[in-house]
Amino acid sequence: MDSVSNAGEQPPAALRMDILRFATAGSVDDGKSTLIGRLLYDSKSIFTDQLEAVERTSRMRGEETTNLALLTDGLRAEREQGITIDVAYRYFATPQRKFIIADTPGHIQYTRNMVTGASTADLAIILVDARNGLTEQSRRHAFLTTLLRVPHLVLAVNKMDLVGYDQAVFDQIRDEFTSFAAKLDIGDLTFIPVSALHGDNVVDRSASTPWYNGPSLLHHLENVHIASDRNLKDARFPVQYVIRPHKSTDPELHDYRGYAGQVAGGTFRAGDEVLHLPSGFTTRIKAVEVAGEPVPEAFPPMSVTLLLDDDVDISRGDLICRPNNQPAAAQDVEGMVCWMSADRPLAPRTRLIVKHTTRTVKGIVTDLHYRIDVNTLHRDESATQLGLNEIGRIKLRLTQPVFADPYSRNRETGGLILIDEATNSTVGAVVITEAR
Amino acid sequence: MRTDYALSQLDVLEAESIHIFREVAAEFERPGLLFSGGKDSIVMLALAERAFRPAHIPFPVVHIDTGHNFPEVLQFRDRRVAELGVRLVVGSVQKSIDEGRQVDESGRWASRNRLQTMTLLDTIEEERYDALFGGARRDEEKARAKERVFSFRDEFGQWDPKNQRPELWSLYNTKIRRGEHIRVFPLSNWTELDIWAYIERERLQIPSIYFAHERDVFERDGILLADNPYVSRGDDEDLFRATVRYRTVGDMTCTGAVASSAATVPEVIAEVAATRITERGQTRADDRASEAAMEDRKREGYF
Ligand SMILES: Nc1nc2c(ncn2[C@@H]2O[C@H](COP(=O)(O)OP(=O)(O)O)[C@@H](O)[C@H]2O)c(=O)[nH]1
Repeated sequence: MDSVSNAGEQPPAALRMDILRFATAGSVDDGKSTLIGRLLYDSKSIFTDQLEAVERTSRMRGEETTNLALLTDGLRAEREQGITIDVAYRYFATPQRKFIIADTPGHIQYTRNMVTGASTADLAIILVDARNGLTEQSRRHAFLTTLLRVPHLVLAVNKMDLVGYDQAVFDQIRDEFTSFAAKLDIGDLTFIPVSALHGDNVVDRSASTPWYNGPSLLHHLENVHIASDRNLKDARFPVQYVIRPHKSTDPELHDYRGYAGQVAGGTFRAGDEVLHLPSGFTTRIKAVEVAGEPVPEAFPPMSVTLLLDDDVDISRGDLICRPNNQPAAAQDVEGMVCWMSADRPLAPRTRLIVKHTTRTVKGIVTDLHYRIDVNTLHRDESATQLGLNEIGRIKLRLTQPVFADPYSRNRETGGLILIDEATNSTVGAVVITEAR
Repeated sequence: MRTDYALSQLDVLEAESIHIFREVAAEFERPGLLFSGGKDSIVMLALAERAFRPAHIPFPVVHIDTGHNFPEVLQFRDRRVAELGVRLVVGSVQKSIDEGRQVDESGRWASRNRLQTMTLLDTIEEERYDALFGGARRDEEKARAKERVFSFRDEFGQWDPKNQRPELWSLYNTKIRRGEHIRVFPLSNWTELDIWAYIERERLQIPSIYFAHERDVFERDGILLADNPYVSRGDDEDLFRATVRYRTVGDMTCTGAVASSAATVPEVIAEVAATRITERGQTRADDRASEAAMEDRKREGYF
C-alpha cells in the first residue's frame, strides 16, 4: 500500500473560520515585536524550538531578557542590524479566525514596504509609545494606511504600564489623533490602551484600566466585521486566462470555452446579463464554475470560470461587467503614486510598463501635480520629480485603455503597479483617483 | 441563497492559489511545477488541477531526484502523474554525480540536500523554464516569511533577499530577461494546519509514510532517522523499532520521523494542532546547521 485514503469526517469547526489580514506599523522601540510576539505566544503559535533558538541567540549576544524581536526578524542582515527591513508575513489562528500579519518596518526609508504590507490588509495596527505620544511617524503611518484604504485602523497606545495606566495620557493621545484623523478619510477607527510587555488588553481586558470599556486587541481582531468591506455592488471580472480543453475525444468538451479569473467586485450568477469590455457586446452567463463544477454564484475573492451564452471573442486583459454598471475604459489615469525605485526618479515624461488587473500596457507620466510630505501632509506643487519612497499625485497616459474604477470604490480595479522597462523592477504603485 | 458572502479560510486560500497558477500559465512561456511527493506539493498539484479543469494542467511536473528518496514516495509520484496525464521531468542528482558535475558528500553527516541545488539549476537551464512553482510556505521558516509569492532569480538562480520586488495587491510582476526565472509559491499563505485541513476536505491521497507505522529507527541529534542504505550509522547509534510517522518528506538521510500513533487525517490534524515544535525543527537535520541555514541555501538557488 503506498497511500492512504481519508476516513470521512467533517472538518472541525475550527478549520472553517475566515481570514483577517492585518498590517502592523510603529516606530523603532514602540513595542511592535513585543506585541506580535505576545499575540503569537498567547495564541500558542510560537513553538518551543523557535523560542529556544531565540533564547540561545539572546544569551549569545549577552542580552538580559529574551529578545522577542529576534523571532520576527527573518533575514541575517536584519538580525545583525537589529532592525526590520522588509515585510515579513506571520500566521496565527484562534478558533474564530485565521490571521495573516504583514509585519512592516516603520522607518521612513522603508515606506514602500509599508505600502506593500498595507495594500492587502483588512486592518492596520499603529503602535504609539504612551510616553512619547503621537509622533511624526505615527502620522505618516496613518496617512499611508488611509492612502491604501485599509478599512479598519487600530491605534494601540502601548507601554501604558510606564505611565501608570493613566487615563489622561490615553485620552490626550486619542483626542490628538482624532483631530488629526479628521483630515484623513478613515473608515473605522479604534483606540486601545495596551501593555505589550505585560499583556494588558492584548488578549484579555486588563484590571489596570478600569476606565477603558472597549475590547481587548485580540477580541477586536477576532470580531471586527470585514465581510462588508468587499465591493459586492459593482460586478467586475477581469479575464485572466481562457480555458480550452482541446480534448477532441470528448464531444462535450470540444466547444468548451471558459473565462477564468478572480472576481474583483459584485456577484455573478448563471442567467445574468453581462457586458464585455472592450467590445461592448452583451450576452448572458451560461454557468459559473469552480474547478469544472457549477456553483450558484461567484463573488470576491473567488477564482471561478465563467461560461457565456454567445461566442464572443474574449481574451486575457478583457473585463466582464454589467451593462448598466461599467468601469471607465481609461487611457488617462490620475492617481497617487508611491515611488519605489532608488535607481531613478519619477518625473514627467518617464515611460513605464503598467500592470492593472490582468492587463499590461505602456504608459507615460504626463504630469506631476505635487509631492506630498508624508509627515505633515503638506503638498509641494513645485516638485519636479519623486525619489525613492516619495508620494505624489500624477497623471498617466496609457497606450491602451484599462478598465478602472477609483481606488476608493474598488481596491482591485483601482490599483496598478509600474514596472521599469529597462530593469524589469517594480518601481511604483498607483491608487487611482480618477480614470477617464 | 447565501446572504453573508463569507468564505472559509480554505476557500480564500484556494482562490488565491488558483489565481497564481492562472497568472503564471497566462504570462510565462515555459513554466514547470516542482513536485517532491510531500504533502505540500500534493496540495499544490491538486490546486493546479483545479485551476485548469476541465483542461489538463498546462505545464510539466518536475522532480529533483536525489536518489535518496523514500520508495513509497516515488511510487506515489508515478501514480499521480499517470492519473493527471501530465509530463514528468526528473532531474537526477545521481546523474550529476556520475557525470562528475558534483561530488557526493561522505561521512556520517553526508547528505545530498545541498547537491540538489545544482541539479535543480541544471534542469532549469536544460528545460529552459522561465517560472517554477514551489510548495514552500511562509510559516515554515523565517527566511521564507520574507519571500515574495513571485520571487525573482537571476541567471545564476540566486535569490537576493535585500533586493526583492515590491509585491502589492495581487498584481504580480512577471517580467524577466532570458536566462532569469521566477520561483512562484502558490502556498505562501498556507500553514501546516491549512494543508492538512485541505487534504481532509478534498480527500486527497498522500503517501503512507505520513501516517503511523512501525519502522526500525535510530536517534541522532534528537531526530529519529529511518534505518536506510544511504546513512552510515555509528556504533553508538542503536536501532530500535518504533511507531512513527513523518511530518515532512525529504531525503531519507536528513528527514526524521516523529513518534506518533496518528493513523488518519483527523488524527494527524489533532496532533499538528497540539504540537509545540515546528515541523522543520522537529524533523529536518538540514535546517539545524545555523541560524541562517535556509537563507544561505535559498540565496544559492535552493527551493
Ligand atoms: N514597559 C514596557 N516595555 C515595553 C512594552 N512593549 C515593549 N516594551 C519594551 O520596549 C523595547 C522595544 O520593544 P520592541 O518590541 O523591540 O520594539 P519594536 O522596535 O517596535 O519592535 C523592549 O525593551 C521591550 O521590552 C510595554 O508595553 N511596556
